[in-house]
Amino acid sequence: MDIVQLLYDIPLIGLVFQLIGYLIDVFPTVAPIVMQAAVPIAFAALCGVMCERSGVVNIGIEGTMLTAAFVGFAAGAFLLPVVPGGTINLGLFNATPVLLIALALAVLSGVLVSLLHAWLSISVKADQIIAGTIINIAAIGITGYLNTLIARTSPIGAGQFGNLAVPAALTDLPFVGWIFTTLFAQGPITILLLVVVVVFQVMLFRSRWGLRTRAAGEHPRAAETVGINVIRLRYRNVLIGGVLAGLGGAYLSMDISGSFQYIMTNGRGFIGLAAVIIGRWSPLGAFGAALLFGSAKGIGDSFRIVPPPDELGQLVGLLPQQTFDALPYLVTIIVLAGVIGRTVGPAAAGQPYERESAA
Amino acid sequence: MKRLRRVWAVIALPALSLLLAVIVGSIVMLVAELLVSGQLRPDLPVRAYVALVSGSLGTPNAIINTLVQATPLVLGGLSVGLAFKAGMFNIGVQGQFLIGALASIAVATQFRTFEPGIVGLLISLGAGVLAGALYGFIPGILKAVSGAHEVVTTIMLNYIAVSVVAAIVSTVLDVPGSPSPITLDTGTASLPNIVGRNGHLGIIFGPLVAIAIGWLLFRTTWGFELRTAGANPDAARYAGMSPRRIIVWAMSLAGALGGAAGATEVLGVTHQMTPTYGTTVGFDSIAVAVLGRNNPVGIVFGALLFGGMRAGAGAMQINAGVPADMVYVLQGTILLFIVASALVRRIFRLRAAGPGLEEAATITRSYGGGAARAA
Repeated sequence: MDIVQLLYDIPLIGLVFQLIGYLIDVFPTVAPIVMQAAVPIAFAALCGVMCERSGVVNIGIEGTMLTAAFVGFAAGAFLLPVVPGGTINLGLFNATPVLLIALALAVLSGVLVSLLHAWLSISVKADQIIAGTIINIAAIGITGYLNTLIARTSPIGAGQFGNLAVPAALTDLPFVGWIFTTLFAQGPITILLLVVVVVFQVMLFRSRWGLRTRAAGEHPRAAETVGINVIRLRYRNVLIGGVLAGLGGAYLSMDISGSFQYIMTNGRGFIGLAAVIIGRWSPLGAFGAALLFGSAKGIGDSFRIVPPPDELGQLVGLLPQQTFDALPYLVTIIVLAGVIGRTVGPAAAGQPYERESAA
Repeated sequence: MKRLRRVWAVIALPALSLLLAVIVGSIVMLVAELLVSGQLRPDLPVRAYVALVSGSLGTPNAIINTLVQATPLVLGGLSVGLAFKAGMFNIGVQGQFLIGALASIAVATQFRTFEPGIVGLLISLGAGVLAGALYGFIPGILKAVSGAHEVVTTIMLNYIAVSVVAAIVSTVLDVPGSPSPITLDTGTASLPNIVGRNGHLGIIFGPLVAIAIGWLLFRTTWGFELRTAGANPDAARYAGMSPRRIIVWAMSLAGALGGAAGATEVLGVTHQMTPTYGTTVGFDSIAVAVLGRNNPVGIVFGALLFGGMRAGAGAMQINAGVPADMVYVLQGTILLFIVASALVRRIFRLRAAGPGLEEAATITRSYGGGAARAA
């Protein structure tokens, strides 16, 4: 203890130690916040990896997620009075039939929006960034419009998923218990994320599909020459990306909350794009980047809730509280510019593919 | 006749896209109403569009309102368009707008009783433009030096700007004793009214700046270098230009335009700021630039169209009960049809293929893998 105090008392450098000490103290508590912040960003980033690896830039992820978030909530509200026995608790995750159907519809809406992006980017050969921008604008419009309309009937959604009941024997373990709480005492979408990250990572670098996807993103002409149908592959990947973005959107309106708010994605789709780059276009890396972002948010939140002690506390106290909100974004820029620097993405990302015969 | 056909070749696509968007919007309104209230109201789209048009063009004040709404969109659209020309995607207008507005307010509230007001006004405008330029410089220099992609950095800077505004307005700029945080008003440093109820001097900025940017892009060496670097950075480098230097300058100038939009808005319209001061100018500017095909003249017309929609959206919501967000559905749909121009041409059997989005197509090339080689 004395050594710690000694370290804390060093001028200036002591602040760093105080920060480390503070983080060690609060991290187990804020870890669930970190995870909650990371999940939707991770899904957005996985969608981005899926699309860009096959050569399609998708900045419409934000709009895709927003649409899915709205559909998940609205479908629940519509189906609740219609489906008989819709509110029976199925035992796991507090799931009800209505909630599951709504989740399926949310994912489906994500796929449909992605289909629009795929059609514009691959078949129409439109500029992919503009295609994504259209999706974002239209999604804000249509969800805002419909939300205002249905808000007049003050709808009640289908509720939200519950968390997995992890045995207390695990969560109460000293030192590591919080890891189980963070990872597994979560809703179904979070658990699914963990599975998807691992499976996707293995598939992308170890399977035939992964090799073909990467080939289509790096050198589509060469891929086509060896018999890969680049167009079909890109369509398929963008649609799978729609499933992922749909899950990320559904997480917002069906897992961490049970309602929809205007533009509730609040930039998570865009932050996901940053996570793609920071994670160097790998699923695991993207997940790590999402966790980094979530951590910055968690620390910002905890500065507000549990002010740090000592000189560090005085320093933090000087800042207006609103500056903590900017922390995740600041960290993202610093990491992108300082640590990651010049990254090399898939070479053909963003370029529409012209078949030899069509050219 | 020949002249007429040439004009039609240019405006046919936007005009027909608008028409199709109006049809799609009608369908959305009818279906949504049917789903939510269970009744089919065929008159609803007609009432909505009548309210929208009369709210934007119906009276002299409505027209002035359209011009006022279009002004930040012209400046923001030019900002996005200029960056597009340089091969970059500036999604950061939102942040540049906010920082510009904040700087203008900070200065203007110091000069709010100063006579003559023009001094305070000019300094405040200058502060907004300069702050916006600095905020555009950041992603520019980051891209030039470390290769950090501007799509990501500008979006992050947008969110940081929101926090900066919230922090500064609720601390140093807050009026002591006010029930909720708010700044002083801009007083004599405001943009004076020149026409109608709220037609401030800033409405002349749009066309003036558009002409200036057009001249800069198409009549100067600097503009030529910028367009060359945007179209083909390798060729630009081979010709002895420095794409990196151009990136920094172009983003700074784009930021200055975004900042000018924010300065005009606070000095001409709101005169005050609250911590949650928000804007949709950022997103709308992208739409305007795409609609105007990155051409200054096109951007002015695109901004007038979207400005009119924003001016009429309130009337539509009040008089026809159609939520104002309908305007975004229309905007998205117009852009969709413009981008999918082949589809529109097939529907209307248009033959003349006007200049398409070829220039804009360079944006995506700078994303992802292309970025590493381009910079």
